[in-house]
Amino acid sequence: MSYIIKGNTGDWEVVIGLEVHAQVISNSKLFSGADTTFGAEPNSQVSFVDAGFPGMLPVINAKCVEQAVRTGLGLKAKINNRSVFARKNYFYADLPQGYQISQYELPIVGEGTLILDMPDGSTRAVGIERLHLEQDAGKSMHDQHPNKSLIDLNRSGVALMEIVSKPDMRTPEEAGAYLRKLRAILRYLGSCDGNMEEGSMRCDVNVSVRHPGEEFRTRCEIKNVNSVRFVMQAIEHEAARHVEVYESGGDIRQETRLFDPSRGETRSMRSKEQAHDYRYFPDPDLLPLEFDDAYVEAIRATLPELPDEKKERFISEYGITAYDATVLVMDQENSAFFETVAKGRDGKTAVAWVTTNLFGSLNKRGLSVSDSPVSATQLGQLIDLVADNTLSTRLAKDVFEIMMDEGKDPSVIVEERGMKQVTDTSAIEAACDQVIAANAEKADEVRNGKEKLVAWFVGQVMKATQGKANPAMLQEILKKKLLG
Amino acid sequence: MTTLTDLTLAQARDGLRNKDFTARELTESYIAAMDKHRDLNAYITETPELALAQAAESDARLAKGDAGAMEGLPIGMKDLFCTEGVLTTAGSHILDGFKPPYESTVSARLKQAGAVLLGKTNLDEFAMGSSNETSYYGASKNPWKATGDDRDLVPGGSSGGSAAAVAARIAIAATGTDTGGSIRQPAAYCGITGIKPTYGRCSRWGIIAYASSLDQAGPMTRDVRDAAIMLGAMSGYDPKDSTSANLPVPDFEAALTGNIKGLRIGLPKEYRPEGLSPEIAALWDRGAQWLKDAGAEVVEISLPHTKYALATYYVIAPAECSSNLARYDGVRFGLRVEGSSLDEMYMKTRAAGFGTEVQRRIMMGTYVLSAGYYDAYYLKAQKVRALIAQDFRQAFEQVDVILAPTAPTPAFGMGENMADPITMYLNDVFTVPTSLAGLPGLSVPAGLSATGLPLGLQLIGKPFDEETVLRVGGVIEDAAGFTAKPTLA
Repeated sequence: MSYIIKGNTGDWEVVIGLEVHAQVISNSKLFSGADTTFGAEPNSQVSFVDAGFPGMLPVINAKCVEQAVRTGLGLKAKINNRSVFARKNYFYADLPQGYQISQYELPIVGEGTLILDMPDGSTRAVGIERLHLEQDAGKSMHDQHPNKSLIDLNRSGVALMEIVSKPDMRTPEEAGAYLRKLRAILRYLGSCDGNMEEGSMRCDVNVSVRHPGEEFRTRCEIKNVNSVRFVMQAIEHEAARHVEVYESGGDIRQETRLFDPSRGETRSMRSKEQAHDYRYFPDPDLLPLEFDDAYVEAIRATLPELPDEKKERFISEYGITAYDATVLVMDQENSAFFETVAKGRDGKTAVAWVTTNLFGSLNKRGLSVSDSPVSATQLGQLIDLVADNTLSTRLAKDVFEIMMDEGKDPSVIVEERGMKQVTDTSAIEAACDQVIAANAEKADEVRNGKEKLVAWFVGQVMKATQGKANPAMLQEILKKKLLG
Repeated sequence: MTTLTDLTLAQARDGLRNKDFTARELTESYIAAMDKHRDLNAYITETPELALAQAAESDARLAKGDAGAMEGLPIGMKDLFCTEGVLTTAGSHILDGFKPPYESTVSARLKQAGAVLLGKTNLDEFAMGSSNETSYYGASKNPWKATGDDRDLVPGGSSGGSAAAVAARIAIAATGTDTGGSIRQPAAYCGITGIKPTYGRCSRWGIIAYASSLDQAGPMTRDVRDAAIMLGAMSGYDPKDSTSANLPVPDFEAALTGNIKGLRIGLPKEYRPEGLSPEIAALWDRGAQWLKDAGAEVVEISLPHTKYALATYYVIAPAECSSNLARYDGVRFGLRVEGSSLDEMYMKTRAAGFGTEVQRRIMMGTYVLSAGYYDAYYLKAQKVRALIAQDFRQAFEQVDVILAPTAPTPAFGMGENMADPITMYLNDVFTVPTSLAGLPGLSVPAGLSATGLPLGLQLIGKPFDEETVLRVGGVIEDAAGFTAKPTLA
C-alpha cells in the first residue's frame, strides 16, 4: 500500500508521526483527589491543587502510574523504573499553576512498538518513541459571554498519557490504522476509553513530505484533531499543501497548524518564532518516580490477552483469515462473542455468521454487540441446528432474522413455526412429483437438454415446501426424476 | 503581669501547667505588648480576638489536664503560612485580600498542639530578601539598636517580623521559613534562636512557595529549649507533601543533655575568607573553645565548593520562584488589574502586584531556564549543588556537627543595602550552603558586637540529626550566657 503524490518534480512520499493524548481512566486526578467523571457541572470537580492555590502541592496518584506502566507493557515498550516530572511553563487562563506538570527528559515509558493491521491482511510495525504522564489543562469557553472568557477547571489536573510515535507512517491509512489499533489496545488494557468525541483521546499529527530516499524535510504539527477520519483528511490536505509549496519554489516553515474539518484544510496557528519557550525543569515539588521490577511484573501479570496475540490465536485455533481475525480482535466484546460462538464448532462457519450475518444485522439496526438481541450462545445453537441438518443454511438465515426480532432460542423458533428442514426422501419426492406434473412442458424442455431449468424446479419445490426441503437432497432427487 | 512576656516558652508552659497564670493572662500580656510595640511593624495582621478565643479554649484544656505541647502559648506566624480565614499576604501586594480556605500543615499542627495565634508576622515579599525591606507592608524594624546610635536597623530576613517579634517580647515564639538563611540570619540579627530543620522534616503543604527544593519551616524562639519544644510540634511526615520525610519525630527536648563529650566539631576553613570581620572570627574561635571546654574535639574541615554556593543558590532559587510565582496571575485570587486582553491583564497585575526584588528574581529565574541558557546556568547549578552536598557528606564522615558563624555582619541599617542587591545577597554566604545541602542549621546568639548588637553562631548537622545540633547549640548557649535584651522604648 503505497501513497505517492505525483508531482512535477517527481514522486513525493508522506512522513507521518502521531502524538496521542489519552486520558487515563482513574477515579481521581494525576496529582489531586478531585473527581474525574466527565460531564459534571463546570468547576464542581476542582481541588485547591487543581486551581493552583498558594501553598498547594501535588501528590502523585498511584493508579495513574499503574495505568501508564500497564499501557507501556501493552505497547511492548521499555518501562523506566525511574522517571522525572518536569514543569512546562506557560501562561494561560485555563492553566492555573502557570505550568503543566509533565515529563520531559525521563518519561515513565520508553521505546515500544505498535503493529498495524492493514486491510489486505498485511502488518506493519510502527515505533513508539515514548509515553509520558502529564496533567491536562482546564477548558476555556469563549462563547458564553460577550466580552469575557469563562474557565472550567474540571479537566484541570486530569491525567493524560502522551503517546508519541516515531515518524514511521507513510500513508493516511496507516495513520488511521495506528489510531484504531492504539485505541483497541488502550481499551483492552482499560487505561483509556479511547473516546475521541468526548476528547478522552486527542491527536496531534506531524506531517512532512519528501522524495523517496531523501532526508526528512520540515514538518508541521496539526494540533488536536478529534477523529480518525479527520486525521486522515488532515494528512492528505497537509501533504498536498507541502508538495504545492515545494513545487512552486517555496519552503515549508516549521509551525503549528489547525485542521478545519468544515473547510477540509489546515491553517497556521503559530510559527516556530512564536512558539513558547516552555522552560522545562524538574518539578521540585515531586521526587523522581521510582519503582522496582517486582511492581512492573505484578502489573504484567494482570494484563489481558492483547489484540495481536488474540489475532494469532484466532488464526491458528479457529483457522480463520488474518483479515477476519483483525476485524474481530479490534474490539474485545466482538472477539469474546466470536469465541463463544466458535468454541467447539467450525471456526470459518462461526466467523461468517458473526462478521457477515450478525454484524450486518446489528449495523442495520444501529446496535453494538453488547446490545445484540441474539446472544453468542443462541447463535452457536443456530449453527448446531445447521450442522445436525435440522436446518438448511437458508432456513437458518430466516431463523436468524426472527431471532434478531424476537430474541428467542433458535430451537424454540424452529419448533413454534415448524421450520425444520425436510430430509424425508419420500416427502421430497412427492413434492417434486407434484411440481413436475404441474409443469410438464418445462420438464420436457429439461429432458430435451435445457438443464439450466433444473434450478427453476428447485426454486418451485422449495417454494412448495416453504423452503424446508434439504437443498442437497432436493437437487439430487430432481435431477434423477428429470434427467433419469 | 508585664513580666509574663519575659518568660521563655518552656517557662510559660510550666507556669500554665502549674496554674501560676492562665493562657488568657499570658495572651493578654502579649496583646498589650503588641500594642505598645506596633511601631516595630513586626506583624502584618494581628489577630487578638482569635488569640483570646484560642486562649480560652487552652485554659479549658489545661483545666482538664488535657494540654498539648504548645498549649496556651501565644505565637506569631510568618505570613507565608496559609491560615484558614486569616489574611495571608506573603508580604506581597499581589495577594491582596487573600484569606485561604485551608490551614497549612505546620500551622495546623501548632494549633492542634494548643498554640495561640497572635497574628501574622512581617516578611520580605515572598520570603525574598535578607532585611525585611522588600515587604509590601513596609519593613519590620529590629528592636535592637547599636550603642549610642538611634538609627533603625533591619531585623534580617526574610523571617524578620518573626525575629523582631520574639526579640521584642511581642510573641513568645514564632514560625519562620528558611530558603537560604531566612530563619538563621534574622535570628542572629535579633539575638534569638532559630533552627532550619532538615529539608523534609516539616511539611511545606500550605506554605506559600518561594523555592520548593529549599524552603523549610522552623521555629524562632528565645532559647534552644524553646526551639526544641516548638520544632517537635511543627515536625512530622505529611502525605500531602511528596518531599516530606516519613520518619518518626524524636523528642528534641530530651536531646538537650548538655553532654557533648567526645563529639567531633568541624570548623570549615572556607568559612574564614580573607576580609572576614575580626569580630566574627573571634566569636567563632570563642565558640570552638567553649565546645572544647565541654569535652568536644574540634577539627578543621574543608568544604571546597563553598565559594560557589551563593551563585548556585541565586540560580536555583530564582529558577524555581519564576515558576512558583506564575500562579499569581490575577485570574483566581488576590490582586487583579484589568486589561483589554488576557496578556495585558497579566502584565498589569504582575507589574503592580510584585515588588522590585520579586520581579528581579522572576526575571533571573526565567532567564536561567530559557532555551540556550538552561545548561549553562540551571543544569550547572544543579551539578554544583550536588558537589556542595557531597562536601558536607564527606565532612560528616569526620565530624558530628559543624560550627560556623551565622552571618558575616551584625544587623545593618535600614536602607543601607537596598541599592545593591549583590551586597544584600552576601548576607547569606554562611547559611546558603546548608540550605543547598538540605541540612539542619541552628543559629544561637553567642555574643555582642563592638557596637552592642547580637551575633549568632551556627551549628550544621547531619540529615535529620537535629538532636545533635540542638544539644551542641544548648552547650554554646550555656557557655555564651547571652542575657542581653534589646532596649525598647
